[in-house]
Amino acid sequence: MNPLELVRAQPGPAFTVTLDGREIEALPGQSVAAALWTAGVTSWRSTRGAGRPRGVFCGIGVCFDCLVTVNDRPNQRACLVPVRPGDTIRTQEGTGHDD
Amino acid sequence: MTDRPHLAVIGAGPAGLAASLAAAARGIRVTLIDAGAMAGGQFYRGPAPGLGARRPQALHHQWRTGDRLARGLAGHVTAGTIEHLTDHHVWCVERQSDGFAVHALLGPEQERPVTVGVDAVLLATGGYEKVLPFPGWTLPGVVTAGGAQAMLKGSLVVPGRTAVVAGTGPLLLPVATGLAAAGVDVAALVESADPKALLRGTGDAKAFLERARALAAQPGKVAEGAQYAAQLVRHRVKVMARHTVVEAHGEERLDAVTVAALDGDGRVRPGTERRIPCDTLAVGHGMLPHTDLAESLGCRVDGLDVHVDEEQRTDVPGVWAAGETTGIGGSALSLAEGHIAGRSVAARLTGAEPDPREWAAVAKSRTRMREFFAALDTVYVPPAHWTEQVTDDTVVCRCEEVTGGEIRRAVGELGAGDVRTVKLLTRAGMGWCQGRMCEPAVAGLAGCAQTSARRLLARPVPLGVLARAEEDLAGAEEDLAGAVEDPDEPGGPGASEDD
Repeated sequence: MNPLELVRAQPGPAFTVTLDGREIEALPGQSVAAALWTAGVTSWRSTRGAGRPRGVFCGIGVCFDCLVTVNDRPNQRACLVPVRPGDTIRTQEGTGHDD
Repeated sequence: MTDRPHLAVIGAGPAGLAASLAAAARGIRVTLIDAGAMAGGQFYRGPAPGLGARRPQALHHQWRTGDRLARGLAGHVTAGTIEHLTDHHVWCVERQSDGFAVHALLGPEQERPVTVGVDAVLLATGGYEKVLPFPGWTLPGVVTAGGAQAMLKGSLVVPGRTAVVAGTGPLLLPVATGLAAAGVDVAALVESADPKALLRGTGDAKAFLERARALAAQPGKVAEGAQYAAQLVRHRVKVMARHTVVEAHGEERLDAVTVAALDGDGRVRPGTERRIPCDTLAVGHGMLPHTDLAESLGCRVDGLDVHVDEEQRTDVPGVWAAGETTGIGGSALSLAEGHIAGRSVAARLTGAEPDPREWAAVAKSRTRMREFFAALDTVYVPPAHWTEQVTDDTVVCRCEEVTGGEIRRAVGELGAGDVRTVKLLTRAGMGWCQGRMCEPAVAGLAGCAQTSARRLLARPVPLGVLARAEEDLAGAEEDLAGAVEDPDEPGGPGASEDD
Protein backbone atom coordinates (compact mmCIF):
# COMPACT_ATOMS: atom_id res chain seq x y z
CA MET A 1 0.00 0.00 0.00
CA ASN A 2 1.19 3.51 -0.75
CA PRO A 3 -0.63 6.80 -0.10
CA LEU A 4 -1.96 7.06 -3.65
CA GLU A 5 -3.42 3.54 -3.46
CA LEU A 6 -4.83 4.21 0.00
CA VAL A 7 -7.09 6.99 -1.30
CA ARG A 8 -7.55 5.34 -4.73
CA ALA A 9 -5.99 8.33 -6.46
CA GLN A 10 -6.23 8.78 -10.21
CA PRO A 11 -3.83 11.68 -10.62
CA GLY A 12 -3.61 13.77 -13.74
CA PRO A 13 -0.71 12.99 -16.08
CA ALA A 14 2.75 13.19 -14.52
CA PHE A 15 5.11 15.86 -15.85
CA THR A 16 8.81 16.56 -15.74
CA VAL A 17 10.72 19.13 -13.72
CA THR A 18 14.43 19.37 -13.04
CA LEU A 19 16.40 19.32 -9.81
CA ASP A 20 19.90 20.68 -10.41
CA GLY A 21 19.53 19.67 -14.04
CA ARG A 22 18.37 16.11 -13.31
CA GLU A 23 14.89 15.26 -14.58
CA ILE A 24 12.34 14.09 -12.02
CA GLU A 25 8.65 13.29 -12.37
CA ALA A 26 5.96 15.21 -10.51
CA LEU A 27 2.19 14.93 -10.16
CA PRO A 28 -0.28 17.78 -10.58
CA GLY A 29 -1.34 19.32 -7.27
CA GLN A 30 1.80 18.34 -5.38
CA SER A 31 4.06 20.85 -3.68
CA VAL A 32 7.69 21.13 -4.73
CA ALA A 33 8.61 19.37 -1.48
CA ALA A 34 6.26 16.49 -2.24
CA ALA A 35 7.74 16.04 -5.71
CA LEU A 36 11.23 15.95 -4.21
CA TRP A 37 10.20 13.41 -1.54
CA THR A 38 8.66 11.23 -4.26
CA ALA A 39 12.00 11.34 -6.07
CA GLY A 40 13.69 10.16 -2.87
CA VAL A 41 15.25 13.55 -2.10
CA THR A 42 14.92 14.75 1.51
CA SER A 43 17.38 17.66 1.63
CA TRP A 44 17.82 20.55 -0.79
CA ARG A 45 19.38 23.35 1.18
CA SER A 46 22.59 23.87 3.12
CA THR A 47 22.62 26.32 6.00
CA ARG A 48 24.41 29.67 5.93
CA GLY A 49 26.60 28.94 8.96
CA ALA A 50 27.67 25.31 9.19
CA GLY A 51 26.58 24.33 5.68
CA ARG A 52 24.40 21.53 7.06
CA PRO A 53 21.69 19.86 4.95
CA ARG A 54 18.03 20.73 5.52
CA GLY A 55 14.68 19.75 4.03
CA VAL A 56 11.06 19.69 5.19
CA PHE A 57 10.54 20.17 8.90
CA CYS A 58 7.14 21.72 9.76
CA GLY A 59 5.52 21.03 6.39
CA ILE A 60 3.04 23.92 6.76
CA GLY A 61 5.08 27.02 5.97
CA VAL A 62 6.00 28.08 9.51
CA CYS A 63 9.64 27.01 9.95
CA PHE A 64 11.31 28.10 6.66
CA ASP A 65 13.68 25.11 6.77
CA CYS A 66 12.66 23.83 3.33
CA LEU A 67 13.80 26.91 1.38
CA VAL A 68 14.70 26.17 -2.23
CA THR A 69 15.37 28.00 -5.49
CA VAL A 70 12.54 27.60 -7.99
CA ASN A 71 12.86 29.12 -11.47
CA ASP A 72 15.73 31.31 -10.26
CA ARG A 73 13.78 32.66 -7.27
CA PRO A 74 15.65 31.72 -4.08
CA ASN A 75 14.11 31.21 -0.61
CA GLN A 76 10.83 29.67 -1.75
CA ARG A 77 9.17 27.41 0.81
CA ALA A 78 9.10 24.04 -0.96
CA CYS A 79 6.21 22.85 1.25
CA LEU A 80 3.95 25.69 0.04
CA VAL A 81 4.90 26.24 -3.61
CA PRO A 82 2.94 24.03 -6.05
CA VAL A 83 5.16 22.21 -8.54
CA ARG A 84 4.46 23.12 -12.17
CA PRO A 85 5.47 21.50 -15.47
CA GLY A 86 8.94 22.57 -16.55
CA ASP A 87 9.97 24.00 -13.19
CA THR A 88 13.70 24.42 -12.71
CA ILE A 89 14.43 23.55 -9.09
CA ARG A 90 17.87 24.14 -7.62
CA THR A 91 19.32 23.22 -4.27
CA GLN A 92 20.10 26.31 -2.30
CA GLU A 93 23.43 27.14 -0.67
CA GLY A 94 23.43 29.62 2.21
CA THR A 95 21.32 32.69 1.55
CA GLY A 96 20.52 31.57 -2.00
CA HIS A 97 21.81 34.84 -3.39
CA ASP A 98 25.43 33.84 -3.88
CA ASP A 99 25.17 31.58 -6.90
CA MET B 1 -26.32 47.06 -2.04
CA THR B 2 -23.33 46.55 0.21
CA ASP B 3 -24.77 48.19 3.29
CA ARG B 4 -24.69 44.86 5.07
CA PRO B 5 -22.05 44.71 7.78
CA HIS B 6 -18.83 43.22 6.47
CA LEU B 7 -16.83 40.65 8.46
CA ALA B 8 -13.39 39.32 7.63
CA VAL B 9 -12.80 35.79 8.92
CA ILE B 10 -9.09 34.99 8.92
CA GLY B 11 -8.41 31.28 8.63
CA ALA B 12 -10.57 28.62 6.94
CA GLY B 13 -10.04 25.76 9.36
CA PRO B 14 -12.79 24.34 11.59
CA ALA B 15 -13.30 27.57 13.60
CA GLY B 16 -13.21 29.92 10.62
CA LEU B 17 -15.56 27.76 8.57
CA ALA B 18 -18.10 27.39 11.38
CA ALA B 19 -17.94 31.13 12.07
CA SER B 20 -18.31 32.10 8.41
CA LEU B 21 -21.33 29.87 7.93
CA ALA B 22 -23.03 31.04 11.13
CA ALA B 23 -22.49 34.73 10.32
CA ALA B 24 -23.37 34.50 6.61
CA ALA B 25 -26.56 32.57 7.36
CA ARG B 26 -27.62 35.56 9.50
CA GLY B 27 -27.14 38.24 6.87
CA ILE B 28 -23.53 39.25 7.44
CA ARG B 29 -21.34 39.82 4.38
CA VAL B 30 -18.36 37.52 5.01
CA THR B 31 -14.94 37.58 3.41
CA LEU B 32 -13.12 34.38 4.37
CA ILE B 33 -9.38 34.90 3.97
CA ASP B 34 -7.06 31.90 4.06
CA ALA B 35 -3.50 30.97 3.14
CA GLY B 36 -4.51 27.60 1.69
CA ALA B 37 -5.58 26.77 -1.85
CA MET B 38 -8.60 24.96 -0.39
CA ALA B 39 -10.67 25.53 2.72
CA GLY B 40 -10.15 23.19 5.65
CA GLY B 41 -7.06 24.39 7.45
CA GLN B 42 -4.68 21.80 8.84
CA PHE B 43 -7.33 19.52 10.29
CA TYR B 44 -9.52 19.10 7.20
CA ARG B 45 -6.60 19.35 4.77
CA GLY B 46 -7.54 17.29 1.72
CA PRO B 47 -5.49 16.04 -1.22
CA ALA B 48 -4.95 18.56 -4.02
CA PRO B 49 -7.67 18.12 -6.69
CA GLY B 50 -5.04 17.29 -9.34
CA LEU B 51 -4.26 14.08 -7.45
CA GLY B 52 -7.75 12.71 -8.15
CA ALA B 53 -8.27 11.00 -4.77
CA ARG B 54 -11.47 8.96 -4.94
CA ARG B 55 -11.36 7.92 -1.30
CA PRO B 56 -9.81 10.86 0.57
CA GLN B 57 -11.64 9.87 3.76
CA ALA B 58 -9.11 7.03 4.18
CA LEU B 59 -6.72 9.63 5.62
CA HIS B 60 -9.25 11.47 7.78
CA HIS B 61 -10.96 10.85 11.03
CA GLN B 62 -13.66 13.49 10.63
CA TRP B 63 -14.09 13.56 6.88
CA ARG B 64 -17.89 13.90 6.93
CA THR B 65 -17.87 17.00 9.12
CA GLY B 66 -15.23 18.60 6.91
CA ASP B 67 -17.14 17.66 3.78
CA ARG B 68 -20.35 19.14 5.20
CA LEU B 69 -18.59 22.40 6.03
CA ALA B 70 -17.02 22.54 2.57
CA ARG B 71 -20.40 22.05 0.92
CA GLY B 72 -21.90 24.73 3.15
CA LEU B 73 -19.15 27.11 2.12
CA ALA B 74 -19.64 26.29 -1.57
CA GLY B 75 -23.35 27.09 -1.24
CA HIS B 76 -22.64 30.47 0.30
CA VAL B 77 -19.96 31.27 -2.28
CA THR B 78 -22.40 30.48 -5.09
CA ALA B 79 -25.07 32.62 -3.42
CA GLY B 80 -22.59 35.46 -3.03
CA THR B 81 -22.94 35.57 0.75
CA ILE B 82 -19.35 34.49 1.41
CA GLU B 83 -16.34 35.54 -0.62
CA HIS B 84 -13.53 33.01 -0.17
CA LEU B 85 -10.06 34.41 -0.79
CA THR B 86 -7.60 31.50 -1.15
CA ASP B 87 -3.78 31.76 -1.17
CA HIS B 88 -4.01 34.99 0.85
CA HIS B 89 -1.36 35.19 3.57
CA VAL B 90 -2.49 37.84 6.07
CA TRP B 91 0.45 39.71 7.59
CA CYS B 92 -1.29 42.47 9.53
CA VAL B 93 -4.73 43.67 10.58
CA GLU B 94 -4.82 47.40 11.05
CA ARG B 95 -7.34 49.30 13.16
CA GLN B 96 -8.87 52.27 11.37
CA SER B 97 -11.34 54.94 12.39
CA ASP B 98 -14.28 53.14 10.74
CA GLY B 99 -13.22 49.51 10.85
CA PHE B 100 -10.21 47.41 9.93
CA ALA B 101 -7.83 46.95 7.02
CA VAL B 102 -6.71 43.35 6.50
CA HIS B 103 -3.36 43.25 4.69
CA ALA B 104 -2.42 40.06 2.84
CA LEU B 105 0.15 38.81 0.38
CA LEU B 106 -0.99 36.75 -2.57
CA GLY B 107 0.11 33.29 -3.61
CA PRO B 108 2.99 31.08 -2.51
CA GLU B 109 5.56 33.71 -3.55
CA GLN B 110 3.85 36.15 -1.16
CA GLU B 111 4.90 39.34 -2.89
CA ARG B 112 1.76 40.91 -4.37
CA PRO B 113 -0.20 42.81 -1.71
CA VAL B 114 -3.97 42.83 -1.24
CA THR B 115 -5.96 44.85 1.31
CA VAL B 116 -9.56 44.20 2.38
CA GLY B 117 -11.50 46.82 4.31
CA VAL B 118 -14.09 45.47 6.78
CA ASP B 119 -16.26 46.44 9.74
CA ALA B 120 -15.17 43.59 12.02
CA VAL B 121 -12.58 40.82 12.19
CA LEU B 122 -12.78 37.25 13.40
CA LEU B 123 -9.39 35.67 14.05
CA ALA B 124 -9.36 31.91 13.44
CA THR B 125 -5.65 31.53 12.83
CA GLY B 126 -5.25 28.14 14.49
CA GLY B 127 -1.98 26.80 15.82
CA TYR B 128 1.29 25.16 14.92
CA GLU B 129 3.41 22.44 16.39
CA LYS B 130 5.85 22.72 19.25
CA VAL B 131 9.03 20.66 18.99
CA LEU B 132 11.68 20.60 21.68
CA PRO B 133 15.28 20.11 20.52
CA PHE B 134 17.57 17.11 20.98
CA PRO B 135 20.85 16.18 19.29
CA GLY B 136 20.29 15.48 15.60
CA TRP B 137 16.84 17.06 15.32
CA THR B 138 17.92 19.20 12.33
CA LEU B 139 18.82 16.16 10.20
CA PRO B 140 16.79 15.70 7.01
CA GLY B 141 14.30 12.92 7.72
CA VAL B 142 13.33 14.47 11.07
CA VAL B 143 9.99 16.20 10.53
CA THR B 144 7.27 17.47 12.82
CA ALA B 145 4.47 14.99 13.45
CA GLY B 146 1.96 17.46 12.04
CA GLY B 147 4.23 18.13 9.06
CA ALA B 148 4.37 14.43 8.17
CA GLN B 149 0.58 14.38 8.38
CA ALA B 150 0.16 17.56 6.30
CA MET B 151 2.39 16.23 3.52
CA LEU B 152 0.50 12.94 3.55
CA LYS B 153 -2.99 14.46 3.58
CA GLY B 154 -2.25 17.24 1.09
CA SER B 155 0.23 15.74 -1.36
CA LEU B 156 -0.12 11.99 -0.69
CA VAL B 157 3.57 11.53 0.02
CA VAL B 158 5.62 10.02 2.85
CA PRO B 159 9.21 10.88 3.71
CA GLY B 160 10.62 7.36 3.95
CA ARG B 161 10.08 3.66 4.51
CA THR B 162 10.63 3.21 8.25
CA ALA B 163 9.43 5.78 10.76
CA VAL B 164 9.52 6.41 14.47
CA VAL B 165 6.75 8.69 15.77
CA ALA B 166 7.76 10.41 19.00
CA GLY B 167 7.14 13.19 21.49
CA THR B 168 3.94 13.67 23.40
CA GLY B 169 0.29 14.42 22.79
CA PRO B 170 -2.84 13.05 21.17
CA LEU B 171 -1.66 14.10 17.67
CA LEU B 172 0.92 11.29 17.66
CA LEU B 173 -1.84 8.66 17.39
CA PRO B 174 -3.37 9.73 14.03
CA VAL B 175 0.12 10.45 12.69
CA ALA B 176 1.35 6.94 13.53
CA THR B 177 -1.78 5.21 12.24
CA GLY B 178 -1.91 7.44 9.13
CA LEU B 179 1.70 6.69 8.17
CA ALA B 180 1.15 2.98 8.82
CA ALA B 181 -1.99 2.92 6.66
CA ALA B 182 -0.03 4.67 3.90
CA GLY B 183 2.51 1.84 3.83
CA VAL B 184 5.23 3.20 6.11
CA ASP B 185 6.71 0.70 8.56
CA VAL B 186 6.16 2.49 11.88
CA ALA B 187 8.86 0.95 14.08
CA ALA B 188 7.68 2.60 17.30
CA LEU B 189 5.36 5.19 18.81
CA VAL B 190 7.46 6.78 21.55
CA GLU B 191 5.27 8.75 24.00
CA SER B 192 6.95 10.49 26.93
CA ALA B 193 3.74 10.61 28.95
CA ASP B 194 1.89 7.63 30.31
CA PRO B 195 -1.58 7.79 28.72
CA LYS B 196 -2.83 5.32 31.32
CA ALA B 197 -2.38 8.13 33.85
CA LEU B 198 -5.53 9.62 32.35
CA LEU B 199 -7.47 6.83 34.00
CA ARG B 200 -5.36 6.42 37.11
CA GLY B 201 -5.02 8.21 40.38
CA THR B 202 -1.65 9.76 39.69
CA GLY B 203 -1.11 13.34 40.73
CA ASP B 204 -3.27 14.83 43.43
CA ALA B 205 -6.77 13.59 44.08
CA LYS B 206 -8.43 16.76 42.85
CA ALA B 207 -6.64 16.59 39.49
CA PHE B 208 -7.65 12.95 39.16
CA LEU B 209 -11.31 13.68 39.90
CA GLU B 210 -11.36 16.51 37.38
CA ARG B 211 -9.79 14.26 34.77
CA ALA B 212 -12.25 11.48 35.46
CA ARG B 213 -15.20 13.86 35.15
CA ALA B 214 -13.91 15.43 31.94
CA LEU B 215 -13.32 12.01 30.37
CA ALA B 216 -16.71 10.66 31.43
CA ALA B 217 -18.36 13.62 29.70
CA GLN B 218 -16.63 12.73 26.41
CA PRO B 219 -17.44 9.11 25.61
CA GLY B 220 -16.91 9.84 21.91
CA LYS B 221 -13.35 10.96 22.54
CA VAL B 222 -12.62 7.90 24.67
CA ALA B 223 -13.96 5.70 21.86
CA GLU B 224 -11.76 7.56 19.39
CA GLY B 225 -8.73 6.75 21.51
CA ALA B 226 -9.76 3.09 21.56
CA GLN B 227 -10.04 3.09 17.76
CA TYR B 228 -6.50 4.39 17.41
CA ALA B 229 -5.27 1.79 19.89
CA ALA B 230 -6.88 -0.95 17.76
CA GLN B 231 -5.27 0.43 14.60
CA LEU B 232 -1.86 0.51 16.26
CA VAL B 233 -2.28 -3.16 17.14
CA ARG B 234 -3.44 -3.99 13.62
CA HIS B 235 -0.40 -2.30 12.08
CA ARG B 236 1.86 -3.90 14.72
CA VAL B 237 3.13 -0.55 15.94
CA LYS B 238 5.15 -0.94 19.13
CA VAL B 239 3.98 1.63 21.68
CA MET B 240 6.66 2.80 24.12
CA ALA B 241 5.03 4.92 26.84
CA ARG B 242 7.23 6.90 29.26
CA HIS B 243 10.04 6.84 26.70
CA THR B 244 11.74 9.64 24.85
CA VAL B 245 14.05 10.12 21.87
CA VAL B 246 17.47 11.19 23.18
CA GLU B 247 19.29 11.47 19.87
CA ALA B 248 18.78 11.30 16.11
CA HIS B 249 21.71 9.82 14.19
CA GLY B 250 22.98 10.26 10.64
CA GLU B 251 25.41 12.25 8.53
CA GLU B 252 23.53 13.73 5.57
CA ARG B 253 20.19 12.30 6.66
CA LEU B 254 18.57 10.34 9.47
CA ASP B 255 19.47 6.65 9.77
CA ALA B 256 18.52 5.83 13.38
CA VAL B 257 17.27 7.22 16.66
CA THR B 258 18.19 6.36 20.23
CA VAL B 259 15.27 6.10 22.61
CA ALA B 260 15.37 5.65 26.37
CA ALA B 261 12.98 5.07 29.26
CA LEU B 262 12.00 7.89 31.62
CA ASP B 263 11.87 7.62 35.38
CA GLY B 264 9.08 8.98 37.58
CA ASP B 265 10.72 12.41 37.68
CA GLY B 266 10.93 12.71 33.90
CA ARG B 267 14.66 11.93 33.66
CA VAL B 268 16.24 9.45 31.27
CA ARG B 269 16.98 6.16 33.04
CA PRO B 270 20.67 5.43 32.45
CA GLY B 271 21.30 2.13 30.68
CA THR B 272 17.89 1.94 29.01
CA GLU B 273 19.02 3.51 25.73
CA ARG B 274 18.36 1.53 22.59
CA ARG B 275 18.92 2.30 18.94
CA ILE B 276 16.11 1.97 16.38
CA PRO B 277 17.07 2.12 12.69
CA CYS B 278 14.72 4.42 10.73
CA ASP B 279 14.83 6.96 7.90
CA THR B 280 12.01 9.11 9.31
CA LEU B 281 11.32 10.60 12.73
CA ALA B 282 7.97 12.39 13.11
CA VAL B 283 8.20 14.32 16.36
CA GLY B 284 6.01 16.79 18.25
CA HIS B 285 5.48 18.00 21.80
CA GLY B 286 2.06 19.62 21.57
CA MET B 287 0.67 22.69 19.86
CA LEU B 288 1.02 26.46 20.17
CA PRO B 289 -1.58 29.08 19.16
CA HIS B 290 -0.92 31.54 16.31
CA THR B 291 -1.52 34.89 18.03
CA ASP B 292 0.50 37.39 15.96
CA LEU B 293 -2.49 39.16 14.39
CA ALA B 294 -4.26 39.45 17.75
CA GLU B 295 -1.11 40.84 19.36
CA SER B 296 -0.53 43.49 16.73
CA LEU B 297 -4.18 44.54 17.17
CA GLY B 298 -3.51 44.96 20.89
CA CYS B 299 -5.78 42.12 22.02
CA ARG B 300 -5.21 40.79 25.52
CA VAL B 301 -3.28 37.52 25.48
CA ASP B 302 -3.30 35.32 28.60
CA GLY B 303 -0.15 33.25 28.66
CA LEU B 304 -0.06 32.06 25.06
CA ASP B 305 -3.81 32.24 24.32
CA VAL B 306 -5.91 35.11 22.98
CA HIS B 307 -8.36 36.08 25.73
CA VAL B 308 -12.05 35.92 24.77
CA ASP B 309 -15.33 36.35 26.63
CA GLU B 310 -18.39 34.08 26.56
CA GLU B 311 -19.28 35.38 23.08
CA GLN B 312 -15.72 34.83 21.78
CA ARG B 313 -15.04 38.58 21.73
CA THR B 314 -11.50 39.77 22.38
CA ASP B 315 -11.06 42.90 24.47
CA VAL B 316 -10.61 44.98 21.31
CA PRO B 317 -14.03 46.17 20.05
CA GLY B 318 -14.84 44.66 16.66
CA VAL B 319 -12.40 41.76 17.01
CA TRP B 320 -13.59 38.22 17.73
CA ALA B 321 -11.41 35.10 18.03
CA ALA B 322 -12.23 31.40 17.87
CA GLY B 323 -10.48 28.05 17.69
CA GLU B 324 -6.92 27.23 18.68
CA THR B 325 -5.71 30.85 18.66
CA THR B 326 -7.69 31.12 21.92
CA GLY B 327 -6.17 27.91 23.31
CA ILE B 328 -5.34 24.47 21.95
CA GLY B 329 -8.38 22.22 22.11
CA GLY B 330 -8.98 20.31 18.89
CA SER B 331 -11.44 20.55 16.04
CA ALA B 332 -14.73 19.97 17.86
CA LEU B 333 -14.01 22.80 20.28
CA SER B 334 -12.97 25.01 17.37
CA LEU B 335 -16.27 24.32 15.62
CA ALA B 336 -18.26 25.23 18.74
CA GLU B 337 -16.28 28.43 19.33
CA GLY B 338 -16.50 29.43 15.68
CA HIS B 339 -20.25 28.93 15.63
CA ILE B 340 -20.78 31.03 18.77
CA ALA B 341 -18.45 33.74 17.45
CA GLY B 342 -20.32 33.89 14.13
CA ARG B 343 -23.67 34.25 15.89
CA SER B 344 -22.34 36.93 18.21
CA VAL B 345 -20.94 38.87 15.25
CA ALA B 346 -24.24 38.60 13.39
CA ALA B 347 -26.14 40.10 16.31
CA ARG B 348 -23.63 42.75 17.33
CA LEU B 349 -22.97 44.07 13.82
CA THR B 350 -26.69 44.61 13.28
CA GLY B 351 -27.02 46.49 16.56
CA ALA B 352 -28.74 43.67 18.43
CA GLU B 353 -27.91 42.20 21.81
CA PRO B 354 -27.24 38.49 21.25
CA ASP B 355 -29.24 36.00 23.31
CA PRO B 356 -26.84 33.30 24.55
CA ARG B 357 -29.80 31.01 25.23
CA GLU B 358 -30.00 30.50 21.46
CA TRP B 359 -26.64 28.73 21.51
CA ALA B 360 -26.82 27.19 24.98
CA ALA B 361 -26.28 23.63 23.71
CA VAL B 362 -23.16 24.67 21.80
CA ALA B 363 -21.84 26.59 24.78
CA LYS B 364 -22.30 23.49 26.93
CA SER B 365 -20.34 21.43 24.41
CA ARG B 366 -17.65 24.14 24.43
CA THR B 367 -17.34 23.89 28.22
CA ARG B 368 -17.08 20.09 28.13
CA MET B 369 -14.44 20.16 25.39
CA ARG B 370 -12.37 22.73 27.26
CA GLU B 371 -12.49 20.56 30.39
CA PHE B 372 -11.50 17.53 28.36
CA PHE B 373 -8.45 19.23 26.88
CA ALA B 374 -7.47 20.66 30.24
CA ALA B 375 -7.49 17.06 31.51
CA LEU B 376 -5.32 15.90 28.59
CA ASP B 377 -2.92 18.75 29.29
CA THR B 378 -2.25 17.42 32.79
CA VAL B 379 -1.04 14.12 31.32
CA TYR B 380 0.53 14.94 27.93
CA VAL B 381 3.50 17.02 28.98
CA PRO B 382 7.10 16.79 27.76
CA PRO B 383 9.57 15.08 30.12
CA ALA B 384 10.21 17.42 33.05
CA HIS B 385 13.99 17.38 32.49
CA TRP B 386 14.05 17.54 28.67
CA THR B 387 16.69 20.30 28.74
CA GLU B 388 19.21 17.71 30.02
CA GLN B 389 19.12 16.11 26.52
CA VAL B 390 20.08 19.40 24.87
CA THR B 391 23.87 19.10 24.63
CA ASP B 392 26.00 22.21 24.24
CA ASP B 393 26.51 21.51 20.52
CA THR B 394 22.82 20.84 19.82
CA VAL B 395 21.44 23.46 17.44
CA VAL B 396 18.46 25.06 19.20
CA CYS B 397 17.59 27.96 16.88
CA ARG B 398 17.35 26.19 13.52
CA CYS B 399 17.36 29.40 11.44
CA GLU B 400 20.35 31.17 12.99
CA GLU B 401 22.13 27.94 14.01
CA VAL B 402 22.47 28.98 17.66
CA THR B 403 23.51 26.09 19.92
CA GLY B 404 22.47 25.06 23.39
CA GLY B 405 25.93 26.02 24.65
CA GLU B 406 25.64 29.58 23.32
CA ILE B 407 22.23 29.98 24.96
CA ARG B 408 23.52 28.56 28.26
CA ARG B 409 26.41 31.04 28.18
CA ALA B 410 23.99 33.91 27.60
CA VAL B 411 21.95 32.72 30.57
CA GLY B 412 24.73 31.59 32.91
CA GLU B 413 27.55 34.05 32.21
CA LEU B 414 25.73 37.06 30.82
CA GLY B 415 22.68 36.85 33.05
CA ALA B 416 19.95 36.61 30.41
CA GLY B 417 16.77 35.59 32.19
CA ASP B 418 14.22 35.79 29.41
CA VAL B 419 13.75 34.90 25.75
CA ARG B 420 14.15 38.46 24.54
CA THR B 421 17.54 38.98 26.20
CA VAL B 422 18.80 35.61 24.95
CA LYS B 423 17.72 36.68 21.46
CA LEU B 424 19.61 39.97 21.66
CA LEU B 425 22.75 38.23 22.91
CA THR B 426 22.74 35.16 20.65
CA ARG B 427 20.41 35.83 17.66
CA ALA B 428 18.28 32.83 18.72
CA GLY B 429 14.80 33.58 17.36
CA MET B 430 15.94 36.28 14.95
CA GLY B 431 15.79 34.25 11.74
CA TRP B 432 13.19 33.46 9.10
CA CYS B 433 10.70 31.78 11.43
CA GLN B 434 10.95 34.64 13.95
CA GLY B 435 11.41 32.29 16.87
CA ARG B 436 8.30 30.21 16.30
CA MET B 437 10.33 27.00 16.30
CA CYS B 438 12.90 27.71 19.05
CA GLU B 439 10.96 29.87 21.53
CA PRO B 440 9.76 27.02 23.76
CA ALA B 441 13.30 25.63 23.90
CA VAL B 442 14.95 28.98 24.57
CA ALA B 443 12.44 29.69 27.33
CA GLY B 444 13.17 26.26 28.85
CA LEU B 445 16.94 26.77 28.74
CA ALA B 446 16.57 30.28 30.18
CA GLY B 447 14.39 28.89 32.95
CA CYS B 448 11.46 31.17 32.24
CA ALA B 449 7.89 30.60 31.10
CA GLN B 450 7.17 30.99 27.39
CA THR B 451 5.10 34.11 26.82
CA SER B 452 3.56 35.56 23.71
CA ALA B 453 6.24 36.90 21.40
CA ARG B 454 4.67 40.20 20.27
CA ARG B 455 5.68 39.94 16.64
CA LEU B 456 4.76 43.11 14.79
CA LEU B 457 4.15 41.33 11.49
CA ALA B 458 2.68 37.86 11.18
CA ARG B 459 4.99 36.85 8.32
CA PRO B 460 7.94 38.21 6.34
CA VAL B 461 6.82 41.10 4.14
CA PRO B 462 8.78 42.56 1.19
CA LEU B 463 9.96 46.09 2.04
CA GLY B 464 8.31 47.48 -1.11
CA VAL B 465 4.96 46.17 0.13
CA LEU B 466 5.41 47.82 3.52
CA ALA B 467 6.27 51.12 1.85
CA ARG B 468 3.18 50.95 -0.35
CA ALA B 469 0.80 49.71 2.37
CA GLU B 470 -0.57 53.18 2.99
CA GLU B 471 -1.57 53.67 -0.62
CA ASP B 472 -3.32 50.34 -0.98
CA LEU B 473 -6.19 50.81 1.42
CA ALA B 474 -8.76 50.79 -1.33
CA GLY B 475 -10.69 47.92 0.24
CA ALA B 476 -12.45 45.12 -1.53
CA GLU B 477 -15.00 46.65 -3.89
CA GLU B 478 -17.08 43.63 -4.54
CA ASP B 479 -20.79 44.22 -5.05
CA LEU B 480 -22.67 41.36 -3.51
CA ALA B 481 -26.17 40.92 -4.82
CA GLY B 482 -28.60 41.03 -1.91
CA ALA B 483 -28.38 38.98 1.22
CA VAL B 484 -29.34 35.38 0.70
CA GLU B 485 -30.30 33.84 3.97
CA ASP B 486 -29.69 30.13 4.03
CA PRO B 487 -32.56 28.61 5.99
CA ASP B 488 -30.89 25.23 6.18
CA GLU B 489 -27.84 26.47 7.93
CA PRO B 490 -24.92 24.31 7.00
CA GLY B 491 -22.19 23.37 9.34
CA GLY B 492 -23.85 23.97 12.64
CA PRO B 493 -21.63 23.40 15.60
CA GLY B 494 -19.59 20.31 15.97
CA ALA B 495 -21.91 18.57 18.34
CA SER B 496 -22.09 15.64 15.95
CA GLU B 497 -18.86 13.75 15.73
CA ASP B 498 -18.96 11.77 12.53
CA ASP B 499 -17.17 8.59 11.60
